[in-house]
Amino acid sequence: MKKYVIIGNGTAAIGCIEGIRSVDPDGSVTVLSRENHHVYSRPLISYYLEGKTDPERMKYRSADFYEKMKCDVLYGQSAAKIDPKGKTILTDGGAGIPYDALCVATGSSPFLPPMKGLETVDKKFNFMTLDDALALQAAVTGKTRVLIVGAGLIGLKCAEGLHGLVGSITVCDLADRVLSSILDADCAAIVQEHLEKQNIEFLLSDSVERFDGCTAHMQSGATVEFDVLVLAVGVRAETSLIRDLGGDVGRGIVVDERMATSLPDIYAAGDCTEGEDISSGTRRVLAILPNAYMQGHTAGVNMAGGAAALTNAVPMNSIGFFGLHMMTAGSYEGEMIEESAEGAIKRFFVKDGVLKGFILIGQTERAGIYTSLIRDCTPIDTIDAELAKKSAAYSIFSAEIRRKTLGGVV
Amino acid sequence: MKRVFVNEKWCLGCHLCEYNCAFANSGSRDMAAALKGKRIFPRIHVEDTGDIHFAVSCRHCTDPICVKSCIAGAISKVDGVVKIDKNKCVGCLTCVLVCPYGALAPGEDGTMTKCELCLANTCGEPACVKGCPNRAIVYEERGDKA
Repeated sequence: MKKYVIIGNGTAAIGCIEGIRSVDPDGSVTVLSRENHHVYSRPLISYYLEGKTDPERMKYRSADFYEKMKCDVLYGQSAAKIDPKGKTILTDGGAGIPYDALCVATGSSPFLPPMKGLETVDKKFNFMTLDDALALQAAVTGKTRVLIVGAGLIGLKCAEGLHGLVGSITVCDLADRVLSSILDADCAAIVQEHLEKQNIEFLLSDSVERFDGCTAHMQSGATVEFDVLVLAVGVRAETSLIRDLGGDVGRGIVVDERMATSLPDIYAAGDCTEGEDISSGTRRVLAILPNAYMQGHTAGVNMAGGAAALTNAVPMNSIGFFGLHMMTAGSYEGEMIEESAEGAIKRFFVKDGVLKGFILIGQTERAGIYTSLIRDCTPIDTIDAELAKKSAAYSIFSAEIRRKTLGGVV
Repeated sequence: MKRVFVNEKWCLGCHLCEYNCAFANSGSRDMAAALKGKRIFPRIHVEDTGDIHFAVSCRHCTDPICVKSCIAGAISKVDGVVKIDKNKCVGCLTCVLVCPYGALAPGEDGTMTKCELCLANTCGEPACVKGCPNRAIVYEERGDKA
């Protein structure tokens, strides 16, 4: 009976468990969970603050999942070290756990640049985990002034989640625009304006020079008075277990399309890895939930002796703020083609005859038809590109393709 | 398993399937009360481009990317049917971002709706197929992929 060990208990770990069990119903599976929680959906923590979900419904899999999957979950434990020669994990509690195949699914942790005076701030929080959200919720009242450092996905979703619970919200970022990792300047301006209508204030192209208790002195000379500080500057892949062994590590643990690391019998999946982004042809940390699941599943199948490869990963995000929804995917390279209407903008990026990326704001219906063009590298000259520009419709494909997919099993 | 298949050349573009779908999933016994004068939220969608008409609904894919992508773990495949747990769905639309067929859309309450083959509603079999006047959509077994 094969022994599988998974370090981590997030989405990639669940994908890995389900991948293993799709091949091997019998092997033993041990999961090390640093957090004392049944697997939950991390991106839902802002929805929790908004009151749109609760810890019970946030469970990513049913309460009896581990039992049904015959997994042993060690809560409150993380791995201190991997001994690849003895094929054993040493936990931080000192226990040794043997493995035949190992998956590192350690995720990422908040990245904190050195900030002067941070130790003088009494109420400061990250916004990554359910415990972060619970602590933040307990720390605010209807009068609380919140300063969020970071106008990325985490910082802005935090702002939306807190909006109805606090007195005021100010968001600062060193970048010159909001959501700088997924939006260009024009699109970011639309989103920023929408957020400002909700009385969220922005200090962009600015950073905290130093904290002094409840005052942030900004580089620009501005000062912000706050009661609660949220640090959402960025995240860093948790790569140390593999780095310590001399395995290939860039910004994330380097994995191939089978999710194998450079070390024998050790796989990695999720936010701790960097894999190929086929839209840009570069290696990137694709820290998004769908990718974590797909990588985990791929790793699990291969760990159990099956054959799986993830060959079409691209960055993609679906995110909304106060009723304004946006979707982005791929890379913004090549020629830009724009289609805009009242309250909506679509930008497509085409290079080498294929769609490489898009930004859609306000009009997102059936956008998966576009995403599949990127993931499948579909030549633009095989579809009705004029129609595609106007709307995401299955009619863009040829009658032959429609006959096969809508008239057959896919 | 049985699935809904499209015979494009027989589709009249009448959109009856959309109305039958919305009615079957409305929980109402009275079609007029359920649909008349209201915005409807069908789980099948007819495309009309020039002379071409066809209906698209969930393909219940062999390897469904919506299930793998759902950030809430609200989509699962049970006995071949891709289903949404509306209680868990937060309406993030990630499934819309990934479905290659454009087969999911938000319903009236903002959570997602998709074809679940009418197996759980009072119709018991796909209402779209039952009401199609020209057999442009059929519900049958055409083999499963391994």
